[in-house]
Amino acid sequence: MLEIKDLQVCYGSIMALQGVTITVPTGAIVTLIGANGAGKTTVLRAVSGILKATAGAILFNGEEITNHPPHRIVGMGVSQSPEGRMVFANLTVRENLLMGAYLRKDKRHFAADFDYLFNVFPRLKEREKQVAGTLSGGEQQMLAIGRALMSKPKCLMLDEPSLGIAPLLVKTIFSKIVEINKQLSLTVLLVEQNANLALEISSYGYVLETGRIILEAPSAELRKNEKVRGAYLGGA
Amino acid sequence: MTEFIQQLINGLSLGAIYALIALGYTMVYGILRFINFAHGDVYMVGAYMGFYLAPSIMRGFGQKSIASGIVILVAAMAICAALGIVIERLVYRPLRNRPKLTVLITAIGVSLFLENAGQYVFGPDPKAFPDIINDHAIEGLGDLTVTVSQVLVLAVTVALLLLLTWIVKKTKLGMAMRALSFNPVAASLMGINNDVVIAFTFGLGSALAAAAGILFAISYPSIDPLMGILPGLKAFVAAVLGGIGNIPGAALGGVLIGLVETLVVGYSDTIHIPSTYRDAVAFAILILILLFKPTGLLGAADREKV
Repeated sequence: MLEIKDLQVCYGSIMALQGVTITVPTGAIVTLIGANGAGKTTVLRAVSGILKATAGAILFNGEEITNHPPHRIVGMGVSQSPEGRMVFANLTVRENLLMGAYLRKDKRHFAADFDYLFNVFPRLKEREKQVAGTLSGGEQQMLAIGRALMSKPKCLMLDEPSLGIAPLLVKTIFSKIVEINKQLSLTVLLVEQNANLALEISSYGYVLETGRIILEAPSAELRKNEKVRGAYLGGA
Repeated sequence: MTEFIQQLINGLSLGAIYALIALGYTMVYGILRFINFAHGDVYMVGAYMGFYLAPSIMRGFGQKSIASGIVILVAAMAICAALGIVIERLVYRPLRNRPKLTVLITAIGVSLFLENAGQYVFGPDPKAFPDIINDHAIEGLGDLTVTVSQVLVLAVTVALLLLLTWIVKKTKLGMAMRALSFNPVAASLMGINNDVVIAFTFGLGSALAAAAGILFAISYPSIDPLMGILPGLKAFVAAVLGGIGNIPGAALGGVLIGLVETLVVGYSDTIHIPSTYRDAVAFAILILILLFKPTGLLGAADREKV
């Protein structure tokens, strides 16, 4: 569904991604793991059109979307829950979710989608009228995911959903990601530093190191890989 | 006491005009974080549009009729909205990712351009704004002098403020404006076309400036191509006073500046400040607010992103 081919991205003269190739098949959860600064967020930002790709191609359902404006990419069905959540702290929870549905014309279906989301994340229902800035980190993460879902994406990209969240809540959020993936048969590209959890819920994984994919394999195999265990799974 | 109430009424109607202009400054700042110094000149263009359109509109909709007044106001607002959008598209958009100082200096350039183009196209001499309403003092208020134009200024301002609040709070584009002002990257990840929202913001602010221009010209019926400079600067001060980027703050700041200015003039003998210092009042307030409360009355400190 989503194919990233030999993607290069430069920040000035620094090449942040030096030819990254990732394939995300329909309905799968694929994860991209790697240390801080490896370029994981850069991959997602390039796919969303926020950063310009200097070389390579990004295909969605076979159609080239490389360097399209971000709103067009959302319109085609690729949405993102960005790193650091980036909820609109000045808007209410409900307004945040409505912003997620910005491009949709089928207003009459919103109620059902709200019901679905509130069923998955009951906390959001409780906080519906609250300004998003007053939410806890975990609640903001749920909101960021919910907001990304409101565009009715075919492919959802999640950037570090575990970042800065209480460990117990991280477990909940990851189980929700699996639930959403199954119920909506949604394709998911998950970027994570928490390699343990990411490899647990994904079917295939890529390891990014300083702008290059150094390893890729089915997640179960990656978890057994010596190098991955040493570098990303705490050697356990 | 009557004297004081009289001053309050005068100050409110002047402040309402500042408030309408200040809203444009604050909305553009909220979204692009720069001060559009050409905004005061859009206000001037608004007044001139009223000047040129009034005769033919009044021929069609009746001399000094309410319908004429509304059509003149709406037409000038629409033209200035288009002007604002064109300025943004041609001048500011190409500079979107340049340093803020570049954009700021360019804004001053646009301002000078509009002022000089105004002198060239409209002529440098003041023009008498046509009577588009039956202005007279309302009777039966004792010693108070309240004119129809003062009531009109306040009524139109309140109506426009309500309309703006509705747009910003309830409509999709208004919500997108707020989202974009908080985080443009996140806004584009929602599928918001930031260019459209920015153009809309310029249009909205410019339309309000045009309304202010018409209202001013109704109250003080002499217009000239440089009429936008001082009210523009004072409205900028009003926006800073209320907390730049904050919409209710801009309205509040405008009203306060108008009131203080009027009171200083009205009581110049009592407080020993010559009334010729009226224009200095706003700038003294600017200095004080920057010294003691740089975030303004209603503004929150902008948290630096880490």
